[in-house]
Amino acid sequence: MKFNNLGYLMKEGFRGIFLHGFMSFAAVCVTVACLLIVGSFSILMYNVNIMVEDLNKTNEVLVFIDETLPDAEAKSVGTKINQIPNVQNAVFVSREEALKAFVADYQDNEAFSGVQAEDLRHRYVVTLMDNELIKDTVAQLTGIAGVAKISAAFELAEGFTTIQNVLQIASIAIIIVLLMVSLLIISNTVKLAMYDRRDEIAVMKMVGATNGFIRLPFVVEGFTLGMIGAAIAFGLEWLMYDALVLKIGAEDTLKLFSFVPFTELLLPMIVTFVAAGLFVGVVGSWTSIRKFLDV
Amino acid sequence: MIEFTDVVKTYTDVGNDALRGVSMQIEDGEFVFLVGPSGSGKSTIIKLITGELQPTSGTVHVNGYSLERIRKREIPYLRRTIGVVFQDFRLIENKTVYENVAFAMRAIGAADNEIHDRVPYILELVGLENKIHRHPNELSGGEQQRLAIARALVNNPSTIIADEPTGNLDPARSLEIMELLQEINKLGTTLLVVTHQMELVEQFGNRVISIDEGLVVSDGMEGYREYEV
Repeated sequence: MKFNNLGYLMKEGFRGIFLHGFMSFAAVCVTVACLLIVGSFSILMYNVNIMVEDLNKTNEVLVFIDETLPDAEAKSVGTKINQIPNVQNAVFVSREEALKAFVADYQDNEAFSGVQAEDLRHRYVVTLMDNELIKDTVAQLTGIAGVAKISAAFELAEGFTTIQNVLQIASIAIIIVLLMVSLLIISNTVKLAMYDRRDEIAVMKMVGATNGFIRLPFVVEGFTLGMIGAAIAFGLEWLMYDALVLKIGAEDTLKLFSFVPFTELLLPMIVTFVAAGLFVGVVGSWTSIRKFLDV
Repeated sequence: MIEFTDVVKTYTDVGNDALRGVSMQIEDGEFVFLVGPSGSGKSTIIKLITGELQPTSGTVHVNGYSLERIRKREIPYLRRTIGVVFQDFRLIENKTVYENVAFAMRAIGAADNEIHDRVPYILELVGLENKIHRHPNELSGGEQQRLAIARALVNNPSTIIADEPTGNLDPARSLEIMELLQEINKLGTTLLVVTHQMELVEQFGNRVISIDEGLVVSDGMEGYREYEV
C-alpha cells in the first residue's frame, strides 16, 4: 500500500463513521453496554477478592510458650518467630493478659471462675503473609525451642484459599465469556454496516483494490468506534462505581463491605477498557469484512 | 489479449456444465460482441476473465495472466488491466460524479495530482464535464452509464468488458453508448461487449462471437443470426 493512500484511507474511515451514523451509534452503544458489564464484573471481583484477602489475614496462629521457660526467655522466642519468612507479625501476649481476655470472654461462666494466670501459657499471636503456606510455617514454628503448642485453623485458611481460587477462576471464565459475547455482537453490528456498503466494496474489488486497501478504512472505523465506546463506558463506570460506593458507605448495615476507591483502579481500568475497546473494534471489523472480500 | 483454450467450467454445487470446451482468441485492440441466449455461458466467460471464477479445465490467458493458476493476491493486479461496465451501472450513490471516478483511481493507489489531472480529462471524454458535482441519482440512465464507462476507463485498462451496457437504456441512448465504446476502441482499448440487442450488433460491423449451451457456435462477421438470442 502506498504511503500517499494512508491519509486518504484514514479520512475515509472517519468519514464512514458519520456517513453511516445510525450503524456507528448502534456499534458504540453495544460496545458501551458490553464493556460496562465486563468492567462492572471485573471491578466487583477485584473488590471481593480484596475482602476475602483481608478476612484471610484475620486468621491468626497462636504459638504457646513452654510454661517452664522464664519470662525473659519466653519473650526472646518472639525474635526467632519473626525470623520465619512467612511471618508478618508476632505479638507477645503474657499469661496475665491472656487471663484478662479469658475472663472477659467467660465472666458469666462459673466453671472457669477459678482460673489463674499460672494456669495459662505465654503466647504469641502470629499473623502470616500467605495463609496458603500455613502448614509449612506451623512446622517451622514447631521446631523453635521453647514452643510448647501451636493452635492454627488449617481448615479456615484452606477455605479462604479455596474461595479465592474459585473466585479467580470464575471471574476469568466469566470475563472471557462476556468478552466473546461482546466481540460477537460487535462483529455482527460491523457486518450489518458492511452489508450496507457491499456495493462500495464490490466496486473496489472490481477496479482492482487490494484487500488491505479495502479493509483499512473499516478497521480505522472499528478502532475509532471501539475507542469512543471504551471512553464512554469508562466514564459511566466511574460515575456508577462512585455512586455505589457512596450509597454503601451511607448504609450502616453495609459498612462491613469496604470498596477500593475508583482512583486506585484508574490505570488498570483505563488499560483494560482501551485494550477491550481496541480488541472488539479492530478484531470485530477485521473478521467481519472477510466474507465481503471473497469476490 | 484474451485467449480461451478448451475451457470447461462446471458448477459443482448444481452439477451444471456452464462452458463445455470454449476456445477463442481476442487480440489487443479488437472490438468484439459476445452474444447468446440467457444461460448460454456469457456471464461465466466474464467471470473467468475477471478472475471471479477459475476454469475446471482448459486454459484462460488474460493480459499476461494465466487464470487457471493465478494466485489470489494477483487478482487485483489482473483487474487493473480490465475495466468492467455493467447493465445496472453499479455506481456509488453517496459519491459525486467526480468522486465515483476518482474512487477507482484511489483504489489502485494513485496519487492526488494524478487524480486531479486524469479525472476531468476522462469526464470530458465521456461528456460529463459539466456534471462533476452531481450525484448518480441526479443523472439520466445514459449519463449514469457514461459515468460507469468513465470509471472503467480511468485507470487506463488495456481491455474493457461491457456486460449488457445498453440493457437499461432507450434505443437512442443505447446508440450513443455504443458509439462512445467505438470511440474508446479507436484509442486502442480492447472492447468485449456482451449483449442480446441484435439490432445494435447489426449496426456495427464488428466481430461477433455467439455462445450457446456452453459452446462457441459461431465466430466472425456473419452467422450469428442463425441463433435466436
